[in-house]
Order: sequence, then structure tokens, then C-alpha cells
Amino acid sequence: MQNITDNIHDWLYATFNPTIAMLIEFAIIGALAIGLFAMLGLVLIYMERKVSAVMQLRLGPNRVGPKGIFQTTADTLKLIVKEGMTPNGVDKLLFNLAPFIVMIVAMVVLAPLMFAKGFQIWDINIGVFFITAVSSLSVIGILMAGWASNNKYSLLGAMRSGAQIVSYELSAGLSILAVIVLTGSLKLSEIITSQENGWWIFKGHLPVWIAFIIFIIAVTAETNRAPFDLAEAESELTAGFHTEYSGMKFALFFLAEYVNIFVVCALGATLFLGGWMPLHFGTGTKFNEVMDYIPSSVWFFGKTFFLIFVIMWFRWTFPRLRIDQLLNLEWKYLLPISMINLLLATFIAIMKWHF
Amino acid sequence: MGFIKNYLGEVLGAVKSLATGMKLTGKYALKHRKEKITQLYPDNRDTLLLPERFRGEVVLIHDENNEHACTGCTACEIACPNGSIKIITKFDLTPDGKKKKALDTFVYHLDMCTMCNLCIEACPTDAIKMDQAFEHSVTNRNDLIKILNKPGSKIRDGVE
Amino acid sequence: MYRETSIVNESTPTPFSGNGESDMIINVGPQHPSTHGVLHLIITLNGETVKKVEPHLGYIHRSIEKMCESLTYRQFIYVTSRMDYLSAHINNHGCALCVEKGMQLEVPPRAQVIRVLMDELTRLASHQLWWGALAMDVGALTPFFLAFREREMINDIMEETCGTRLTMNYMVPGGVMSDIHPDFQKKVHAFIDHFKKKIHEYDELITDNIIFQNRTKGVGYISKEDAISYGMSGPSARGSGVQCDIRKLYPYEVYDKLQFDEIIEAGGDSFSRYMVRIKEMKQSMSVIEQLIDNIPEGDFQAKTKAVLKLPKGEFYSRVETARGELGVYLISEGGTTPYRIKFRSPGYCNLSALDHMARGQKIGDLVAIMGTLDLVIPDIDR
Repeated sequence: MQNITDNIHDWLYATFNPTIAMLIEFAIIGALAIGLFAMLGLVLIYMERKVSAVMQLRLGPNRVGPKGIFQTTADTLKLIVKEGMTPNGVDKLLFNLAPFIVMIVAMVVLAPLMFAKGFQIWDINIGVFFITAVSSLSVIGILMAGWASNNKYSLLGAMRSGAQIVSYELSAGLSILAVIVLTGSLKLSEIITSQENGWWIFKGHLPVWIAFIIFIIAVTAETNRAPFDLAEAESELTAGFHTEYSGMKFALFFLAEYVNIFVVCALGATLFLGGWMPLHFGTGTKFNEVMDYIPSSVWFFGKTFFLIFVIMWFRWTFPRLRIDQLLNLEWKYLLPISMINLLLATFIAIMKWHF
Repeated sequence: MGFIKNYLGEVLGAVKSLATGMKLTGKYALKHRKEKITQLYPDNRDTLLLPERFRGEVVLIHDENNEHACTGCTACEIACPNGSIKIITKFDLTPDGKKKKALDTFVYHLDMCTMCNLCIEACPTDAIKMDQAFEHSVTNRNDLIKILNKPGSKIRDGVE
Repeated sequence: MYRETSIVNESTPTPFSGNGESDMIINVGPQHPSTHGVLHLIITLNGETVKKVEPHLGYIHRSIEKMCESLTYRQFIYVTSRMDYLSAHINNHGCALCVEKGMQLEVPPRAQVIRVLMDELTRLASHQLWWGALAMDVGALTPFFLAFREREMINDIMEETCGTRLTMNYMVPGGVMSDIHPDFQKKVHAFIDHFKKKIHEYDELITDNIIFQNRTKGVGYISKEDAISYGMSGPSARGSGVQCDIRKLYPYEVYDKLQFDEIIEAGGDSFSRYMVRIKEMKQSMSVIEQLIDNIPEGDFQAKTKAVLKLPKGEFYSRVETARGELGVYLISEGGTTPYRIKFRSPGYCNLSALDHMARGQKIGDLVAIMGTLDLVIPDIDR
């Protein structure tokens, strides 16, 4: 992958003058990002429906295409041709802006992710920080949608979502810090390189295991997934913040939710499971060489989709929490535990007890 | 120390209860091929067997000679709670010259029928029964008003 | 906090308004995912906290009581399947009992046993559906399908013997409409064996789940005294410690010869009401097991005239449906149709206590409380 991207880069700079070459690269990257966004939406929604079906003793989509793989494509086509209605009495600007903010945020955080060895849009030196910072902007879009809808259900959903995302960011951030402390870098490529002789989940002892569990719980809450889907809680608030949305505007919320899941799971896979790094134990063993034959993109997507499956598994098993219990869980359990855990991780990093 | 022990016990108990539930759904996900309960309905139409007592719609039983057992006594019409059945009778002349009441048209309003089975119970000659057909959707409401006796059919001999 | 231009305040004037300016009035229903039908609740909120709940009825009123006045004693029973459609058999049973009481009709022992079997199967099916629906209300979607797997077996049994799956009209004055299907006993045995193996999943998935316990324990409390004064009945009242099982207090058919416990939980909260129903399922299974191999031989229906006539007078019968006490009050003028019929439906009284239970709770809890009350709206509205 590294060679292909480098060749394209070199060829562009050799053929055109630097400005035009750069613009062309932007265009290619933009097209790739949008393509990935659309593909992820289609694949993950299909996956969600199939996972829910197998857990609920059903068959799931099975009519459009073999095993129903084109079902989500058909749904998307239907949503695209549907009228994008703006109800009376809404704040028109904010109402129409909100889905785009949510979508743009979801797309921007794709930038520092490393999809395969040397395949990355932007290897920024504060990559992890960038992701946590930008992904928290999506709450603005949700609050905007809830407020602008002029619907009480939407408002309640948006308020819940605000309280929830703001609080769960703390423990998500602290659990990420546990790995950062061990690695000593915020740059995603360096974090992955540091796991060459074993993923952090294997060589980080107790603090990384705890951090991993807290991270999974916190990102489930951050992406508004069940059992923390209070923002849309369909049995309480019909559909929460997107009650009034229809057509493509609704679809953007829906797609953004799944892209957000992908992003946080990719981040989790990068930090705890080694990103594109194959399964290595120690250095230079035969086992490592065998593992290296599997392409790095397969490793990355395999790990990410495993984490996505776990989050879907949560959704189709658990009842929903109540808003006060949700905040209790964060402030009374996750936050203290992750703070102590961070201290523990720091201690281990100082004493160099990790492998 | 007791506080911390309680706190950790609480956390572990909670995790255990959640893991039990996840184990169950995970088990079903793995054994999906065996455990799935839904049927592919329109595909299995040929093999779909409904119980013989299933109440789908009222039919008038005709035998191979196009004969039925309805005497036109209107017991079913009286028994019907919502007027789904309308029996129109005529008078046939018997060979010995007497007038005899007989069925002219058996009108059945499927759109009003609640499948309560009271007409079948009321019929003294067991001329009607419940059929297993259940795909009743039509594009025109008038298609649901059915005439149950086939054209040219007559009462079976010996049925009083 | 909230803008004055709210849709609800302008277009639908409510019969009351909140006290403070910070109150928010929300119409939950008639079309809402958690109202199990067309129940309309006007709730006054302070933030997330419920200050007042006012149920509005009438969206599915079909005037069943008035309809019954124009139907004969054989005919009116089928309409009652449409009240509490989840315990259709038991509704039919109550009406048949009332007519039999008026006619002084003796029901053959075989019919009595078949009736009780059908009642208990219906109760099981109803409780299974309730379990799935409650899990949906608190946000877990998978239990619904597990519940339907078992309920489907009962529905198949019903379909085979009674001909329909939901609105049976199987009980008639004097017995049951037709004899049980030859496969009935075999299938019921198969169902009981299956359900005994699967009922632990109900506990694993929901009962023992920490989230569910937190959502229901200590929520929606109603004391024994309040439950009695609201006229609650059935599992909802037994969750508050009220002894109100009609099968025990005023036994009908063969219930007095059977060994089963009246489940009473003293907690009074949502979780107690939940546990009552879970334990009742086990009791229903034990009742079915006692009867299924001991169905006496004989007629399944007493000999009756084609047209039934009740003597002049007033008759009352009561049965325990899956939701509580169903009372059938029938006034006869001596003709072939009732002069007046009044149903005392369990859901109506249980719903009236909703306001008492939900005050001070969160919106999410309101939904869970409604779930544990096991409301069936056509039963409330008739």
C-alpha cells in the first residue's frame, strides 16, 4: 500500500506543478473519504441487521440480492429519492444544518486513522487527541437537531445526549491516556509501531485490560448506542433527536452513527489491538513471520469489525439504562476506576514493568 | 476496606450478570442455523400446512355432482352475529306438485366475517364448513362479497 | 427554558395545565411505540421527572357492551374476545359462566377441564407476550423474539383445537365448541417440556440483568392499601401483596381441586409485579401438568336448546384473566338477548393507578411501569 500511494504522489508532483498536484490529491482523498463513508454505512447497516437477526432467531434481510446484501443499497436509494421535508415551525437553518455537522464530524475523524501499513490520510502528531477532540463536536449537531426540531421529544433526546456525551468523554479520554502513557506518543503511527512485539492488550497487564473495558463502554455511550441509546430511546422518546427528520437528512444521521462506531472501534483497535500490526509475540520468531503474510489491511479491518460486532452484541442483549443511572455509572464507577487505572498505568510505565 | 470490597463486589456482580446475557445471545448467534424460528413465507406456500380446523373462510361443500346439502333454512344467517351471511331462497316444485323452500343464492360477506364458527355450529345439515384459505387480500372490496353456491348446483337428494 | 411556541400547548388544549412555568406537557400517544396500542397519556414533566400523568381513553372504543345488547346469548361471547385479546379464552369463559349461571346449566366435567387448560395456556401466552413487550419497553429487543418462540407453540396448539390463533370464540354456554384435537395432549406435553428447558433464559436475559433490576427495583411503588383503593387486581395487585386471585378466592370450574400457589410479592414496585408474572408462568405450567393427563371422558358440551333464554334477573360472574379480575354483570329481562351487560375490566382499574405510581419518576420509568402493569388498551376501552 505504501508503494502505491508513494508512486501516485511522486507521479503527480512530477507531472504537475506542486499546487495543482496538491489539489488533485485533495480531490482523490475527498472522493476516497466520501466513498468510504458511503461504503461503511452500507456495510455496517447490513451487518447490524444480520447480527440482530442471528441473535433474535430470525433470518434478516434476504430478498434483495444474494443473502440480501443489496438491501441497504435499496434502502439508501429509497431515502435519497424521498422528499427531504422541513416541518412547519422548525428553525430552518439549524434544522437543515444539523445533519451535515454530524456527518462532517464523522468524516473528519477518519483523517488520522491508519487503515493499513503506510496508508493514512494525515499522520498528524497529535492523532489521538485530534480524534477525541473532533468527535466530541458531534454533540453540537445533535443538540442543534433536537433544539431546531421544535419537538419536545427531540429536545429531551438532545439534552440527554448532551449530558451523556460530555460525561462519557472523560472516561474514554482517561482510558486512552493509559495507553498513551505506556507508548509515550499521541501519533497513531508511533502507537502502532510500539506494538510490534505484542499488542498493548497482551503486554500492558491489568491497567490496559481495565482501560480497554472502560473504553468499550464509554465509546458505546459516546456513539449513542444501546444500552446507552437514551438520545433516541424509541420506547420513550419515539426517535429522540431525529424524530422530525425524514429522507436523506435522516439517513445522514443514521450513516454518521455507523461511521462514528467505525471510527471509535478503529481507534480502539489501534490503541489496544495493534492497528494494522499482525499478531506478534516477542521478536523475530517463526510465528511472527507467518502472521506477516496476512495483509495489514485485513488485520486492521478484522480487529475493527470484531470490536464493532461486540458493540452490536451489546445492543441486541441489554436493556436501556435510565438517564440518572447512566450518569451514575459514569461519575461513580467509570471515572474513579479509570483515574486510579491511569495512576496504575503511569506507575507501570515508570517502573518499566510492561513487556 | 469494607466499602471497597462492596464496591468491587457490586462491579463484578454487574459484569457477571451482563456476561450471562451476552453468553445467551452469543450462543444463539452461533447456533443460528439450528435455532432460527422464522419461515420464508411466500416461498413455502406449497408446503404450508394449516390445521384442518383453521377458520379461513366459510365455504359451501359441493360434491362431484355439483350438489350441496343446503336446504335454505337460514339457521346460519340467524346465528351470524354480524350479518355476514344472507340466504336468498326460492321455491322449487317437488315431483308431487308441492312447493318446497330451497336455496337460491348463498351470499357471504367475507369482509364482515369474524370467523366465529357460529354458522357452522348452527347448520343442521353440515352443508357449510370453514376452509383453510387465508390469503384474502383483494384490490376491490366488492370481491370479498362471495356467492358460495356454484352455478347450476342443486341440493343433494335425501337432505331435508 | 423551553420556547413558548410549543405545538402541544397551542393546538390541543388540555383539561389541566402545569403549575409552574418550567413544566412541560407532552402527549404520549395515541400513536407511540410504548403505549401498546392507542393509549393517550398527557404527562406533565419537570425536566425528566414526571409530575403528573393523565390517561385519556376513547381511541379504540367500540361500544362492546352496547353491541352485546343486540346479540343473543350465544352470539355475544365472540365480541368479548376483542376486549382483552391476549386472554380471549378467559373473557369468553367469564361470559359463558355468567350465561350458565343464569340458565342453571351444569357443565360436563370434560368441558370444565378443557376450559381450565385453555385458560392456563392463554395465561402463559399472555405472560410471555408481556415479558417480551416489557423487555422492549426497557430497551432490550431480543427477548421479544424468544418470547414469541414459545408463544408460537401455544398459538399452534390453539389453532389446531380452536381454529384461530387469537380471537378464539371456543367457549360456548354449556361447554366448549368442539372437542380437543387428538394431538392436543401430545403437543401440550411437547410445549411444557420445551418451556421448562427455556424458562431459565428469561432469567438470564432479563431478570438477573443488573440494568433491568436497576430499572425496576424501587420504581413505581404502590402500597397494599393504595392498590386496594384503586381497585387494582391481578398480578399487578399481587405485586403489592394483595390477595386477589379469583381462582383461589372464588374458585370456578375445577380450580378448587387443583394444587397451585397464589403468587404474592410484598414489594409493591415494578420488580415485584415482574416477579409475580414470572412465577405465575411456572404455576400455570404446574396446573396444566396436573390436568393434561387427567381429562375425563364424556361430553364436551351440555345439551342446550338452539335458542338460549335467561330468566329475568341479574347475574354476575368473575374470572381471573391474565391481567386481573374480569367481572361480567348481566341483566336479563327474560328474552333471548341481554338487557344490559357491564364488564369490569382489570386493565381499567390498573391504569387508574398509573398516575400514583409514576409521580416523581423519570420518563423511562413511566414506560417501564406501564410495561409492568401489562396494559391491553382494547380491554381498558372496550
